[in-house]
Parts: sequence; C-alpha cells; structure tokens
Amino acid sequence: MAETSRLRERFRPYRAVLASRARSQRAYRTSFALDMGGSVLVGLVELAEVWVLFRNVTALGGMHFNQILLVFGMADLTFSMADLSFGHLDTLPDYLRAGTLDAFYLRPQPILLQLITSDISLRRLARAAVGAAALGIGLVTAGVSWGPRTAALLPLALISGYATFAALFVWAAGLQFFLLDGAEMTNAFVYGGRYAATQPASVWSRPLKLVFGFFFPMAFTAYLPAVTMLGLPGPDWLPTWLGWCAPFAAVWSWLMGLLCWRWGLRHYQGGGG
Amino acid sequence: MIIEADGLTREFRVRDGRRRRLITAVDGLTVRIEPGEAVGYIGANGAGKSTTIKMLTGILVPTAGGVRTCGLRPVPDRRRLARQVGVVFGQRSQLWWDLPVRESFRILAAIHGLTRVAESDRTDELVERLELGNFLSVPVRQLSLGQRMRAEVAAALLHSPRLVILDEPTIGLDVLSKQRLREFLVSERHQHGTTLLLTTHDMGDVERLCNRILVIDHGRLAYDGDLPGLSRTVGAERVLVVDLAEPMPDLTGLDGARHLSSAAGGLRQRLAFDAEHTTAAKVLAAVSDKAEVLDLTVEEPDIEDVVRRIYAAGR
Repeated sequence: MAETSRLRERFRPYRAVLASRARSQRAYRTSFALDMGGSVLVGLVELAEVWVLFRNVTALGGMHFNQILLVFGMADLTFSMADLSFGHLDTLPDYLRAGTLDAFYLRPQPILLQLITSDISLRRLARAAVGAAALGIGLVTAGVSWGPRTAALLPLALISGYATFAALFVWAAGLQFFLLDGAEMTNAFVYGGRYAATQPASVWSRPLKLVFGFFFPMAFTAYLPAVTMLGLPGPDWLPTWLGWCAPFAAVWSWLMGLLCWRWGLRHYQGGGG
Repeated sequence: MIIEADGLTREFRVRDGRRRRLITAVDGLTVRIEPGEAVGYIGANGAGKSTTIKMLTGILVPTAGGVRTCGLRPVPDRRRLARQVGVVFGQRSQLWWDLPVRESFRILAAIHGLTRVAESDRTDELVERLELGNFLSVPVRQLSLGQRMRAEVAAALLHSPRLVILDEPTIGLDVLSKQRLREFLVSERHQHGTTLLLTTHDMGDVERLCNRILVIDHGRLAYDGDLPGLSRTVGAERVLVVDLAEPMPDLTGLDGARHLSSAAGGLRQRLAFDAEHTTAAKVLAAVSDKAEVLDLTVEEPDIEDVVRRIYAAGR
C-alpha cells in the first residue's frame, strides 16, 4: 500500500503534464475527430497496399495474405503504441534550435523521462486500432496453432515489440544532438524500420537482414514471433525459435538507445542566449 | 557559500567557414557569493554571462575549473540542485505555451514534489504579490509580455528556491512592469533571504536590486564590488539633457557639471555630472539661473558603455 502511494507520488509530475496535454487535444473536438479520421485512413491505405500486392501473388516470402495480416497487425499495433508514447521525441530538434531544452535541465526530473511525458499523441490511437483489427483478423484466420505456448508468446511479443520501437525513437532522439537537421536521416530508420517490420523478413537480402534483422531488430517485433506462432520454417539466418528472443531484441535496442541518448546529452552545448 | 567558482572555464568549438575555431566563452572565473546577496552580473552581449549561468545550473559541463552551487556539483547533482535554484530566462519561456497559467503552476508543483498545502500556500502568496489573479486561467500564449514575465517569475519561485537566477528579467518591459517586478524581487529577498543573481542590460535593475556587481568581459571577471565603486572606477557620469526656451551659448563653467554638446544652435544642451558629488536637481538649478528650461531628460549610464570603459581602463 505504502509502496503504491510512493509510486503514485513519483509519477505525479508526469501524470499532471500528460493529463493536461490529453485534455488540450480533446478540447477542439472537430479537429481531434479529423485527426483521428485521417490517421485511420492512412492506416487503411497501408493495409490496402498489402492487399493489392496479394491480388497478384498468392504467397510472399512463404506467407499467405492472412499470415501477413498477423505480421502487419503486430508491427502496426506495437509501432503505433510506441509512437503514441515516444513519437514526440522527434520534436527534440525544435527544442534544441530554440534553446528550450534548458528548461528541462532546471527541473528535478530525468530529462528523457520529462521529454517522453511532455506530450501524448492521442490520434495515434486510431492507427493502433487499425493494427489491432488486422492482428485480430490475422490471429483468427492465419491458422495459428493455439496452445499455452502461443498464448504466452503473443503478449511477450507485443510488449517486446512496443519496447523495441520505443527504443528506436530514443536512439533517433539521441542522435539529434549531433545532427543539425538530422531528423530526415533518422526518420528513414524509424519509419523505414516500421515498414520493414510489417514485411516478411524472408524476402530480405542479406545486408537488409543484418540491418533490420539484427542491428535494428525489426524482424523480432512481428515477423519472427508470427513465424513461431504459425510453426513455419524460418528463412536463412532467422530460425523459427528466434521468435522467443523478442525480449532480447528489446533489451538490445534499449541499450543502444540509452547509450546514444547519454552520449547526446553529454554533447549538448546549450542553445542560444 | 551559495556559489563558489574556481577558475571556471568553458570553451566552445565553433565552425568558422571551413576552419574550426576554439572560443573561450568563460575564462578562469573565480568568484564567491554568500547567501542573501543580490548580485548584478553584467557584461556586453557574448561576454559569457549566459554560459556562466548554464554552468552554475548544470546545463553545461565546464571545460576546466571547479564550481559548486548551493554546495552541490551542478552536473552530477543536477536534480538535487534544481530543487534549490529557480531560473528565469527573460527571452525564453519555461511555461507551457498552450496551458493556462494556473495549470502550469500545478504541473510545476508536482514536478518539484510540493505537498498540496505547500503548493496552495505558495501559489496564493505569489499570485497576490505578483498580481496574477486576473489572468490565472488565461493560456500563456495570450498573455502580454509584462504578464508573462510575472508568471515566469512566479513559476521559477514556486518551489521557494534559495538561489534565484534571472537572465534579463526586465528586457522589453515597460516602466511600470519593471518597477513592479523589482519591488517584488526586493520584498522576496527581504522576506525569505533569497540570494539573487541577475544579468541585465538595464542599469536601473542593478541600482535598485543589487548590492554587488560583477562585470564580465571576454569571459574574464573585470570588476567585483559595489555600484558607487564601479562609478568611481569608470567615472560613469549621468547626462542631463535640457531644452531651453531660447538659443544659448554653451553652458560651460556650471558647478559640478560639464558641458558635452549643444544642438539646434544651443536650444538643446547636454551636460554631464557625477551622481556621487551632485544631483540632477542641483545641476538643473544652476542651469535655470542662466536660462529658461522647457524640458529635460536624464540619461542613465549605459551598461555597454560602463563595460567598454572598464575594458579600456584594464588595458
């Protein structure tokens, strides 16, 4: 009991900011509804892209459309949730340019935590809903062999996928301290990573497998857990049992992300003034 | 000791065209500030004021030298230090742009871990003394500059810091707003024994708020002492400008004042006097004996000018 109240107290500052941000986003109802609608549309267009592809081929990388839905859904749901809570880290260059990051240094909280909780993008819930729907359909229709192992792997994969994508945002933010106007470059990896995650890794060339299979472990967010759940044979370098290693991919991503962040923070020179 | 700096130095690597250059923004600064002092930290643009403040508060890592603020090491102890220091940046807001002032205060109180009682007591106190009551529910972006600065000051002082650092707090404010802010800072210092460190380009801020002045020039400490001492050192004179009813020959030989220049054939004359030895009223009386004065202004010594003279004297 005392433990919970201490924890509540610990997170009071962050809750206070987030609650006010969420309130201000919902304050303009029409704008909020349009934002949500737009996000759903973008999600559906991306899903349609996969569907169009499968009008022409019956299988891609050893997967059928319903199985791809499972991959797409898992990747999109976890990415959207990470984007919802970590995506606004990409506003860091604005803070750096305006010198407003200084304000974060003057508050008795960790800077990364302050930045993460400085905003929440509720409209990304719409994208997450598209992902969740695709995942649901995939789970039912793709021929998942249900059992306790699959039931355990699904939440494990979702949490790990979320953490892996979140770490990718932290990694990108850390690099902004060095790269003036570097958001374009890091976005290529963040959004490229998301796109890669929705694809079957079996179609990737070897260099691509190195980059998005292991260095940025995108294959671990959706494709590998899906392969494990479906009991499919894994492609070269990516055996089926790797699906269980999603948590390791998440830990590795966070190590890399936090390292980049600390390094960036040290490098900070203080903007303007 | 609330601030202790020993040979504090910060260099920046800057790209100058194609070559890289090393700029020393703060160069071996050694200074001690006692609790309860009110210190004016002045210098020209780019003299190293902001860099010093950032090193004192843990935003920047010093290149060399040691520094302790409130007895803590600013960079490693940043979070503990933040509970004891309040900083106001005149040109950069620390409030949430789109949130009402009241909401910003609530968030800051949560960030500093104030109890509900401490939060409401302190908020009430600041709202009353800084007269924020009329715009507490207005989003920050809709405030006038004067209102915003008062809200910024309240936000920085919400956690009752021991040390308050103000970076150009009165920049752009009208006379009345400046006056109110200065009065508040004076009373805050008297009531709570708060230490003040402020940078400014306004000599009025220094005169009305500070009992000690540090002048920094090219990253080095050029003067450390009180205001009369500074005036003595650089001979900072005030200038009385008089508009006369009729053109007059140059008003030379006045007691305690020196003729600087005349314009419009002697209709407007500028007279320098030393505030240590005489007053504007006495000079005016002396002028009035010789001519009818229609209008007058008193020019304060310009900080940039004071700093320039110190620099010239130090060579």
